[in-house]
Amino acid sequence: MRTWKACLAAAAVSLVAATGAQAQEKQLTLCWAAWDPANALAELGKDFTAESGIKMNYEFVPWTNFADRFINELNSGGKLCDLLIGDSQWIGGSATYGHYIKLNDFFDKEGISMDDFAPATVYAYSTWPKGTPNYWALPAMGDALGWIYRKDWFARPELRTEFKAKYGHDLGVPENWIQLKHIGEFFQGREIDGKKVYGMGIYTERGSEGITMGVTAAMYAWGFQYEDPNKPYSMEGYVNSPDAVEALEFYKSLYECCTPPGHSDAYMVANLDAYKSGQVAMQMNWFAFMPGIAKDEDVGGDKSGFFVNPAQKVAASTLGGQGISVVSYSDKKDLALEYIKWFAQDHVQKKWWALGGYSASKAVLDDPNFPNTAPFAADFLKAMDGVKDFWQEPTYAELLQSMQKRVHDFVVADKGTAKEALDKMIVDWTEVFQDDGKL
Amino acid sequence: MTDRAAISIADRAATATPAQLARRVRGLSDRAIAWLFIAPTIVLLLAINIFPLIWTVYLSFTNYRANRPGRAVDWVGTRNYERLLGSEDVWGYLQATAHFVSWTMSIQVVLGLGLALLINKNFKGAGFWTTIILIPMMLSPAVVGTFWTYLYQPQTGIFSYIINAFADVGPVDMIGSPTLAPWSIIIVDTWMWTPYIMLLSLAGLRSIPDYLYEAAEIDRANAWQKFWYITLPRVLPFLMLAVLFRGIENFKMFDLVVELTSGGPGSITELASINLKREAFEKWRTGYSSAFAVILFVTVFGLGNIYVKALNRVKQ
Repeated sequence: MRTWKACLAAAAVSLVAATGAQAQEKQLTLCWAAWDPANALAELGKDFTAESGIKMNYEFVPWTNFADRFINELNSGGKLCDLLIGDSQWIGGSATYGHYIKLNDFFDKEGISMDDFAPATVYAYSTWPKGTPNYWALPAMGDALGWIYRKDWFARPELRTEFKAKYGHDLGVPENWIQLKHIGEFFQGREIDGKKVYGMGIYTERGSEGITMGVTAAMYAWGFQYEDPNKPYSMEGYVNSPDAVEALEFYKSLYECCTPPGHSDAYMVANLDAYKSGQVAMQMNWFAFMPGIAKDEDVGGDKSGFFVNPAQKVAASTLGGQGISVVSYSDKKDLALEYIKWFAQDHVQKKWWALGGYSASKAVLDDPNFPNTAPFAADFLKAMDGVKDFWQEPTYAELLQSMQKRVHDFVVADKGTAKEALDKMIVDWTEVFQDDGKL
Repeated sequence: MTDRAAISIADRAATATPAQLARRVRGLSDRAIAWLFIAPTIVLLLAINIFPLIWTVYLSFTNYRANRPGRAVDWVGTRNYERLLGSEDVWGYLQATAHFVSWTMSIQVVLGLGLALLINKNFKGAGFWTTIILIPMMLSPAVVGTFWTYLYQPQTGIFSYIINAFADVGPVDMIGSPTLAPWSIIIVDTWMWTPYIMLLSLAGLRSIPDYLYEAAEIDRANAWQKFWYITLPRVLPFLMLAVLFRGIENFKMFDLVVELTSGGPGSITELASINLKREAFEKWRTGYSSAFAVILFVTVFGLGNIYVKALNRVKQ
């Protein structure tokens, strides 16, 4: 009897082990940045595993190392990632050098239409060459640069009166960058609830892409153009136009007048920390962080408000967000495509938004109730209507590094003039395009 | 008994070697056998050091990019070198490196020698203090860089607090200020590596025989004369060796500065090696960065050789 039971137990254990091994074979690794939406995606992925039996593994890397880590992975033909949610600027290089697989045939076969996604996101996250119907990614996470402010401070009657008397307009959501600066100046060094506070947290990071993303938020609002629309890669008079110079000078003046001490190398996390600790009245940050702020126990709820990047000469916002691609070096491309097919479904996109991810699906965004689903939802729609992205060329990393250096030299290190910085940027970028055979 | 035992061991060894190999080895000269022994090391050295060096020199004359494996590699002659040497930015990185190396070396030599002289007095607890002083040197540069960013934090960092205890100047932004940032990295490197200079200087001080000082006493030499005519000449070779090692290391400085300032603000603390990494692994300009690496190698190699000659002269 005992022997019989032991045999049965052994058989059961073997069966469980065998099933486990089989399940282990069906697994995917998805690579992305380590931030709030990634946690939401991991939560969402449980549904995929339940439906398909494919286990999801995640490789989330902090933003400061994100580009380095995954671009190196792609360049070396690594098999770590089956699916990659890569930055929009990588699309040119990844398509040109064969890092991503082209999704057109798959979309046609599965009936996935790019018309079901917001046009700005399809253009920015999926197509290469830009605007052509060649798709290398499915829009996964819509995002743009926006602003978060201390609604509770702005609502204080004594501050409102003082502000109005000083600047002649209400202390509220700024309509342009001049008003934004007024608010920054007003709060800079002010004592609130016995604590010294500062105007705003803006992006000034040097190492990866921080200061470029911040500076372009101002430059786009001044109508910045990267090139002559009629003569590609011709930048003289566009990159260093008087408006571009003015915008860059303005950004520097914001850095000097209204940021906390030591805010010289700040990106997303530094701004979040400064804001959540009650150090600044406003912060520039990606919409992706807004769900987290709205739920935060110290600054969430009614304490925080959100607004779209203020217009100056035009209404425009810096584009964030990413598309999801299948890595061509993966041995599990079929499983990865299965994930994309699942992810593209309307009900999945709706849950993605509900969990804190920013869906780019029209099924979510065009819902008449969408603007009421979150305090920042209406602003998100507004922002996505006017997004503008950095170069998406295969040489984007060189172009980005050059801009990082030139604008950091001017804004933070106080070296030279805005015009000189932009002129040098044109020289650098021209050299890059010449080396790449574009000029 | 012993001979027999030895023979039997030799016999056993001979039979253990395959006959074919034994015949072949027996025919080799001593020189050939010596080569046979050092060959693996030579091969390893060639594969790991010499080949990459030659390959780097070759790449420096091309437009090769490691992120574009399919692209044709063109010979561009001296274009990379011309671009580098004609670039104002590159001279700026070299200038920043020279500033960093010269100041760290000067300050560390003075402090390191001073500490060594102090520890050499053999006061009570000298061993304990030596251990304490050596701790920074044992830490990882990445860790040191990271925690100093907290110490330098203008609002909450202890550095700003201490300065304000003496002079009410408000928050001191060491890392973000264009004038203070170069000094911020010099201070941290000095904190970390002065113990190394102290250690080598101490070795030099301990090697000076007491009779020299006794003779100086008899000659009624004062403290300064003893230092100038006995201590310094005897310690100098050790000190110069320490400066050589540290100078080369600081010329290649990367991790500590990246953690502290990322080369900023702007490019003020962007040392040559930081820029080299950016060119090679962020912009993927492999040919261009190879040329930069060759220039840096030649500079360090050239300066190192001149220095070693000077060191040998001092020793003599």
